[in-house]
Amino acid sequence: MQKLLSTIRPGQHVTVASIQDSFLKPKLMEMGLVIGKEIEVLFCAPLGDPIAIDVQGYVLSLRLEEAALIQVNVAGQSKDFS
Amino acid sequence: MKIALLGNPNTGKSSIFNLLTGMRQHVGNFPGVTVDKKEGTVKIKGETYSIIDFPGTYSVYPRSKDEQVVYDVLSNSAHKDYPSVALVVADATNIERNLLLFSQIYDLNIPCVLALNMRDLAKGKGIEIDITALEVAFPAAKIVETNARAGFGKDRLLNALETADRKSVHAPFLPNAKLAAVEDYKAQEAEAAARFEHIQLLVQKIKKVTLPKKQSFDTKLDRILVHPIFGYVIFSAILLIIFQFIFAVATIPMDLIDGSFSKFSAYISSLLPQGILSDLIAQGIIPGIGGVVVFVPQIALLFFFISLLEESGYLARVVFIMDRIMRPLGLNGKSVVPLMSSVACAIPGVMATRTISDWKERLITILVAPLMSCSARIPVYTLLIALVIPNKTLFHFFNLQGLVLFGLYALGLFAALLIAFILKQTIKTKEKGYLLLELPSFKPPQWKNVGMVVWEKLRVFVTDAGKVILAISIILWAMATFGPSNQMQLAEKNVRQSAKHSTLSKAETEQKVAAIRLENSYIGILGKTIEPVIRPLGYDWKIGISLITSFAAREVFVGSLATIYAVQDDGGENKRLIDRLREDKRADGKPTYTLASGVSLMIFYVFAMQCMATLAVVKRETKSWKWPLIQIGFMAALAYTGAWIAYTLLA
Repeated sequence: MQKLLSTIRPGQHVTVASIQDSFLKPKLMEMGLVIGKEIEVLFCAPLGDPIAIDVQGYVLSLRLEEAALIQVNVAGQSKDFS
Repeated sequence: MKIALLGNPNTGKSSIFNLLTGMRQHVGNFPGVTVDKKEGTVKIKGETYSIIDFPGTYSVYPRSKDEQVVYDVLSNSAHKDYPSVALVVADATNIERNLLLFSQIYDLNIPCVLALNMRDLAKGKGIEIDITALEVAFPAAKIVETNARAGFGKDRLLNALETADRKSVHAPFLPNAKLAAVEDYKAQEAEAAARFEHIQLLVQKIKKVTLPKKQSFDTKLDRILVHPIFGYVIFSAILLIIFQFIFAVATIPMDLIDGSFSKFSAYISSLLPQGILSDLIAQGIIPGIGGVVVFVPQIALLFFFISLLEESGYLARVVFIMDRIMRPLGLNGKSVVPLMSSVACAIPGVMATRTISDWKERLITILVAPLMSCSARIPVYTLLIALVIPNKTLFHFFNLQGLVLFGLYALGLFAALLIAFILKQTIKTKEKGYLLLELPSFKPPQWKNVGMVVWEKLRVFVTDAGKVILAISIILWAMATFGPSNQMQLAEKNVRQSAKHSTLSKAETEQKVAAIRLENSYIGILGKTIEPVIRPLGYDWKIGISLITSFAAREVFVGSLATIYAVQDDGGENKRLIDRLREDKRADGKPTYTLASGVSLMIFYVFAMQCMATLAVVKRETKSWKWPLIQIGFMAALAYTGAWIAYTLLA
């Protein structure tokens, strides 16, 4: 199932499904967030924003605003599924 | 030959730059933009080549002013900084993302050398890269493994740069690759997707990971550093330690510099025959240079600590935990360190905004930084508090004088945040703020890089800002030394005449003469001229003179009052000055320094710019006079209004 990256809890592994059109789309892709890329949400800042994700090889932090541009596939039946 | 040094952020690009150039580097300008150009020279077999360290980017397509420079230079072969060889630094631990930029530059047909850096870190993670296979994919490029932190690979890099294939035209890595326009997002997206497709295929062939992936030590450390409680506790503790150092340690060399410069100027004036030339050197130029040099310890210490934090990777975590808090104010997580630094001194604070890549957020941080109460305000605050605030204890616990001091600091902070909020709404830019920040892995800081940062910051301050500071000091000196026609000489003669008939000592006579000379100088006349303007704030012309002279630096206020009231400036204690100020009466017989005028003055000093060094640094960092003048304007307006309200309410 698809969700926005901004709604994913720390510890979950997801893959990038699509990125919403915006001036940041090329930037996000250039930083390695290409379709099919596996990422893990590592942790978030004290107020829940920004978040830090593992993009296979490095840790990227981005605001929820930017994370909401990214649709991700949540693998299998996650615990979050309710 | 011109070499362009390019690469992603956090790849050890500056280590490579320092490794190649050593001390042969300087900071210049890219024409027309507010981006610094770090340039150096490198000697290869007796030939000297220039090398430019470009801002770190993830691709050639820009989203900020820093990144724009890379695009502008690389897309225009007629640009005067267009390289004959590009040296691209890549992080071996993250080859996939790094190859994007490299392949873009390779496809621009610029002769390329790829420095595969951080070999040691990659080995530690069990990452092995088949260099030969990589060379097959990029046949026209030279590929060198380096470990710049350990100084490993320099000779081979130099050799590769020298022998890099300059015949250029080669088959592109990405078939039919074409540089897209800056606004053509669609083409850039298609290119990024296509490039990564090719790169992923290549990386599968050339990269082997021999160790299983485990939760890294970095992530564990991060969980503590960004913890909702410990994260802020650790950050506060680090700030506290830095301030302790700056206040406790920097004051020692600062006092030494202060003392040596005044001794030197006394020695010079005893050496030279009396006259204007001797005065100009001893009272204008030497104290002017002293006024520049005196900031050196603070700037050096602060940048020592900031670059330690940056090198180690911690600064990115500070940005991470502060970003959400600063965002509603138009600031950025990266604004925190410059603002905090400004509590010690706004000069290094403004210089530290360099790390903020978003121009609007950086500009706002620069504009509000001088509102944070700096250490130069302390002598002014303490004199005025001792003068007008009773030394009482409230609720058996709070010392009233201490509370007022705290209130002044809080007022500065509050004003800074409020103004930031207002500026956020008023300054318009095309760039939209966003945060895409790599949290680099933690590493021990590299002392050579730290040293280079401190050295660079000092040099920029002394050479660029120093000129403006020296010029203003000489102007202020001239205004305090000269007066219209013979007014000064006449006044001095009168004092000396009457002194003959009194019992005044020689020193006391000299103090009186100094006071009367200042009163009749251009500055004195100016002080009297502005009296009607500052009267609503509760000030007289004597305070007016001190306001003007202390534009050089706030602490000069105390020294100026001491001269005007003809008391010996006994270095810090000012006991006699305070008595004189208490006794001072207005024309109507009421005391000049009351609670109302005292508080009004304190508030004036919280808000007013009153620091030519900051002005010079803001001019240097924004590369125009527009912003420093706007800054002086709104700070003066704030100071005047605040002081007027305080005086009206309390009088």
